[in-house]
Amino acid sequence: MPKGKVVIDKEKCKGCELCIAACPKKVLGLSEDFNTKGYRYSTPLHPEDCIGCGFCAMMCPDVAIEVYREE
Amino acid sequence: MKTVYKKPESMTSATTIYCPGCHHGIAHRLIAEVIDELGIADRAIGIAPVGCAALAYDYFNIDFSETPHGRAPAVATGLKLTQPDRVVFTYQGDGDLASIGAAEILHLANRGFNITTIFINNAIYGMTGGQMAPTTLEGQKTTTTPFGRDLQIHGHPMKVSEILSQTAGVAYIARGAVYDPKHVMETKKMIKKAFQNQIDGKGFSMVEILSTCPTNWGLSPLDAVEWLKKNMEPFYPLGVKKDIDQEQ
Ligand SMILES: Cc1ncc(C[n+]2csc(CCOP(=O)(O)OP(=O)(O)O)c2C)c(N)n1
Ligand code: SF4
Ligand code: SF4
Ligand code: SF4
Ligand SMILES: [Mg+2]
Repeated sequence: MPKGKVVIDKEKCKGCELCIAACPKKVLGLSEDFNTKGYRYSTPLHPEDCIGCGFCAMMCPDVAIEVYREE
Repeated sequence: MKTVYKKPESMTSATTIYCPGCHHGIAHRLIAEVIDELGIADRAIGIAPVGCAALAYDYFNIDFSETPHGRAPAVATGLKLTQPDRVVFTYQGDGDLASIGAAEILHLANRGFNITTIFINNAIYGMTGGQMAPTTLEGQKTTTTPFGRDLQIHGHPMKVSEILSQTAGVAYIARGAVYDPKHVMETKKMIKKAFQNQIDGKGFSMVEILSTCPTNWGLSPLDAVEWLKKNMEPFYPLGVKKDIDQEQ
């Protein structure tokens, strides 16, 4: 499995959870704390499992996610 | 590490006014990705509607006109006639396109004028607080159909893509959805084809996108996705409705 990495802009996130549901590796979850808009934001709870598939970014309505993958 | 996904160049970094999980944002992103991939950012002109997408011009890094009340096809026609080298597209909701602007879109399609339309069908008037739209389903509760849409009183939900496909001028009409990565990829291909058709001078092309309005449906974003799959998709089947390239 390739190794991936997601970078989530927590201030852009609205906590909709669409990315969380789309992740095949259950990498993402909601934060315990809130961003300045008052949302619990999506964050990698298991970053080591990320395969860099990009599904989370494909589902994000707020373009809050960048995805990287090891070559 | 190589970049798998980052914000398309054709989008600004503005935060949208859309509610959490609203599919408008995904539709915007796909349009911007297609504009980037086709390399047409400098000659694309978008036309924003009335409805929640009224501020779309803030979210795209391209020329935009704000043309409310379903009149986007008229302004698009004028822009394309006077600047034929520009790539002109309208972005319209179901209240804007199928109710307020029903006449405009019908004549644009029937004339087959070389414009691209992205039609967001969320079965409701989102911006104004959840009133019935022409696309509201039978039995669906809205603020103006508190007991559910009654066909005898309110008429039938309108299958816009199927209706417009019957007009002779249309080059391409397809209906997609963006509720999971597979459908996001399929719908992006549809959008790309609808823009490429205009570049190739093929004529009117439209992509309808079944979208959620979690706020006015009274559901969480994920429950709204399930509602769409269970209720909207059977009545509004996905797929290509007309494609002149497949008819020769
Ligand atoms: C002629 C006219 N009638 C009514 C309105 C009020 N109005 C503003 S937005 C809107 C509904 C837009 O709904 P839709 O096009 O479905 O967009 P959505 O917000 O659902 O994306 C209405 C009725 C208006 N602005 N002009
Ligand atoms: S890139 Fe794929 S594996 Fe990684 S968090 Fe996103 S959806 Fe999950
Ligand atoms: S899809 Fe985007 S806005 Fe929604 S929770 Fe994930 S990062 Fe946040
Ligand atoms: S009201 Fe509905 S259509 Fe409008 S931004 Fe909110 S969820 Fe989206
Ligand atoms: Mg609507």
